[in-house]
Amino acid sequence: MFKQFSDSTTNTIEVVLNGQAIQVTQGISVAAMILAQGLRFNRTTPVSNSKYAPFCMMGVCYDCLMVIDGKPNQRACSIRVKQGMKIDTQQGVGPALRTSVGG
Amino acid sequence: MKTDVLIIGAGLMGASTALHLAMRGCQCIVIDKASPGRHASGSNAGGLRQLNRDPAEIPLTVEAARMWQNIESLVDSDCDARFTGQLRVAENQSDMDKLEQRAALLRSMGYQHEEMIGKQALYQLVPALSPHCVGGLICRHDGYARPYHALTAFRRKAESLGVVFHPCTEAYHIEQTGEDWQLHTSKGDFSSNILVNCAGAWAGQLADLLNEPVPLTPKALMLMVTERLPHFVDPVMGAASRKLSFKQMQNGTLIIGGALVAKLDFELEKTQIDWLQLANSAKTVIDFFPQLSNVRIIRAWAGIEGFLPDAIPVISASQTAKNAYHAFGFSAHGFQLSPVVGRILSQLILDGQSELPIEPFNISRFAQKKS
Amino acid sequence: MDNHYQLLIIGAGPAGLAAATTASRLGVSCALLDEQPEPGGQIYRSIESVSGQRAQTLGSEYLRGKQLAKAFRDCDAAYFPETQVWSLNNQRQVGILHKEESKIITADQILVASGAMERPVPFPGWTLPGVMQAGAGQILFKSAGMIPDDGVVLAGSGPLLLLLAWQYMHAGVEIKAILDVTPLSNHLLALPKLPKALLAHQYLSKGLAYQKELRRAGVKTKIGVSSLQANGEEYLESVSYNHFSRQQTIETDVLLTHFGVIPHIWLTQSAGCHHIWDKHQQCWRPQHDEWGKTSIDGILVAGDGAGINGARSAEHAGRLAGLQAVYALRVITRQERDEQAVNDRKWMLDDRHIRPFLEAYFAIPDEILATPDNHTIICRCEEVTAGEIRNAVKNGHGDSNQVKFLTRCGMGPCQGRQCANAVAHIVADAGGAPVSDQSHFRGRPPVTPLTLAQLASLSEADTQ
Repeated sequence: MFKQFSDSTTNTIEVVLNGQAIQVTQGISVAAMILAQGLRFNRTTPVSNSKYAPFCMMGVCYDCLMVIDGKPNQRACSIRVKQGMKIDTQQGVGPALRTSVGG
Repeated sequence: MKTDVLIIGAGLMGASTALHLAMRGCQCIVIDKASPGRHASGSNAGGLRQLNRDPAEIPLTVEAARMWQNIESLVDSDCDARFTGQLRVAENQSDMDKLEQRAALLRSMGYQHEEMIGKQALYQLVPALSPHCVGGLICRHDGYARPYHALTAFRRKAESLGVVFHPCTEAYHIEQTGEDWQLHTSKGDFSSNILVNCAGAWAGQLADLLNEPVPLTPKALMLMVTERLPHFVDPVMGAASRKLSFKQMQNGTLIIGGALVAKLDFELEKTQIDWLQLANSAKTVIDFFPQLSNVRIIRAWAGIEGFLPDAIPVISASQTAKNAYHAFGFSAHGFQLSPVVGRILSQLILDGQSELPIEPFNISRFAQKKS
Repeated sequence: MDNHYQLLIIGAGPAGLAAATTASRLGVSCALLDEQPEPGGQIYRSIESVSGQRAQTLGSEYLRGKQLAKAFRDCDAAYFPETQVWSLNNQRQVGILHKEESKIITADQILVASGAMERPVPFPGWTLPGVMQAGAGQILFKSAGMIPDDGVVLAGSGPLLLLLAWQYMHAGVEIKAILDVTPLSNHLLALPKLPKALLAHQYLSKGLAYQKELRRAGVKTKIGVSSLQANGEEYLESVSYNHFSRQQTIETDVLLTHFGVIPHIWLTQSAGCHHIWDKHQQCWRPQHDEWGKTSIDGILVAGDGAGINGARSAEHAGRLAGLQAVYALRVITRQERDEQAVNDRKWMLDDRHIRPFLEAYFAIPDEILATPDNHTIICRCEEVTAGEIRNAVKNGHGDSNQVKFLTRCGMGPCQGRQCANAVAHIVADAGGAPVSDQSHFRGRPPVTPLTLAQLASLSEADTQ
């Protein structure tokens, strides 16, 4: 879908996208990173389970929500990739909350 | 326009009263200065709660609970009602003592619906709860519904029986000629035999016009709602000694409240969120459910409601005017009572009395306070 | 960060940067809060870090942001990037989130320079992955150096579409088509505004030059397009449209749409500033005077957040609002304010000569705004369709807020940003009333979602 323009920085860092360690361009947003990786959707919707991808890229549409470092509902367009960041596709309302003591 | 009964206020109390009157063949017109459910009826937390009510309200709340269990037969919609129970959690022994006392009071009155549970039962019911709690008081048949959906169902059912609603109709002037009422409004004149005051936070103004002033105070109660979450809690949660009211709706959102008052400009009908109070509320929620720390608040709002000093409503015939009735001042816990209040008013109007004990709600209790 | 400033500016786009520079040079204690990590706003995004080659491709208008950012960096205003503003009220209390902690700070004067957002216009398939707003394409290019790698279809109406096409062409992107939905009848309607627009001929000649270059490069522009639709099972596969009564389809995995921009009014709305429906710009905007003063004492607006006038006007309006704030703080006299404002007032008037023409030429027709078919999703968050909204209206829920109560339209995480205008158009159309009579969704703070922990971090001392 998208590629880097020829002038782009070649400095890379490592992140873990859906469990897989990958090298990505430093300094870009998580949303830009997943588009560059060819990931076609970042979440499924809680209502109809449809696939959604980044739409506005400026923090107003909330379509690009992902689970970042374990926290669901993070706007991928407004967070920059960091070394070691764990990024996961969000399924619906996100991972289950702890519902038992110590569990 | 002429009608049998003219109801001021198209919120839940007005719509329920119209419905019950229409079911018995009465003609009703309901007028409202705004759109139906603009304030308390549309923006409350939707709690179906018998738990912890004033003793005077218990006969009414028990009957209302019975009606809610079967609400579809009344309004052709389940109003999204869910009966997951309401629970007051004890965090220590003194909380437990307080709850025990309450349970004993109910038993002494002959009611069984509030039930003490110990630690084990508590965590079976709410495994997600922080481990420091020790027990609780539960009403298993309580729950919640969606207020605007309930209001819509009451209104539509009433309309199907011939009730006419006039939203965005402001009352300018009211007078009684003989025993009939004349009301001049922004949308024309209305006349009726009977007048019913269900005007919520504005009901005090109407009571003033009938020469029976009441100490009704408008306040705006704040609520906040989160993003949708995975299902993690069933009962509606309260606490024995902290401001907390908390429920997870069917769609996964959490509604958080607990008698938190916003700043209110009553004249302009403008409310302003008091973030410091909501911050305390957020802390309380995290104390009970630490796993919610990273859950996002999407909206906060405040609905305008009428409060009376003894925190129980007025449900009665006017003491100063013939053919006038009141139901207001529910002090932020009217939602659950709405089906039964409509029925009581219809009985007062058509039969001259109600089958339920409503003496404590007589407007005359404020009369002696007049100088 | 202090708990109080004389002047607080929200938004580091051209208006905010110019205002902060102006006010702090006059000795006012001033802080600028912004969501982004760098100054520039959306228009000059990444202006400080962008490479020379990319900057050249983005064009000379973009490069103008460098001077603004530099002047701002050289002034004494405090700057807090990566800071969210989640609340503003009429007491000039500002709820902010900075480094995971929430705080309420106050100011004597507040300038909201919140900028614009793409006008969200629902059409069938617009939620499919691969359909994005043109602004998103620009942001990807400016801030991440990313461009479509397998061609792109651009669709909609407005100058940004042309600019993006031109930028992409220079970056070597294959532009499969530009689908222009501007009704041909707009040309006639805009004609009377043309003489005035000629006074700002630089915009017209630039637009014509872009068009010429694109044509020479063989980029196909289809004018008078209607019935735009994005197709695909799970992802965008193709775009179909009607062109002079012929149904056409183009295969593509990226569609960028643009239907003009609208002011981002969530903060001013939440504060309770009076807003009006601007029929020329087809959107709500805060009511304000020429200095940016809103209906609330001490709250000012400037830039596209006050009404769409573009980046150059935003800069002038920012300076005027800055001067007004300094005057209101009694640091300069009225006469000093007026003297220092002469140039900006003149330039702003000149710059705005183009607007009536642009507004008439690029007006989005009601067929697109008010009559999406019943299956089209309007609220992306809660996936509420146009049909559900029309049904609600038919059943007596006659205003946007009632429709919201009933359908949850506008109750998702975007808080109605993507559907508020469309709902107003549909409700108006279904109820037979003009859109100018419709109410906007009532402001429900926080303006951006806040976690319970972030809210809980707000303490007594912060609210003094």
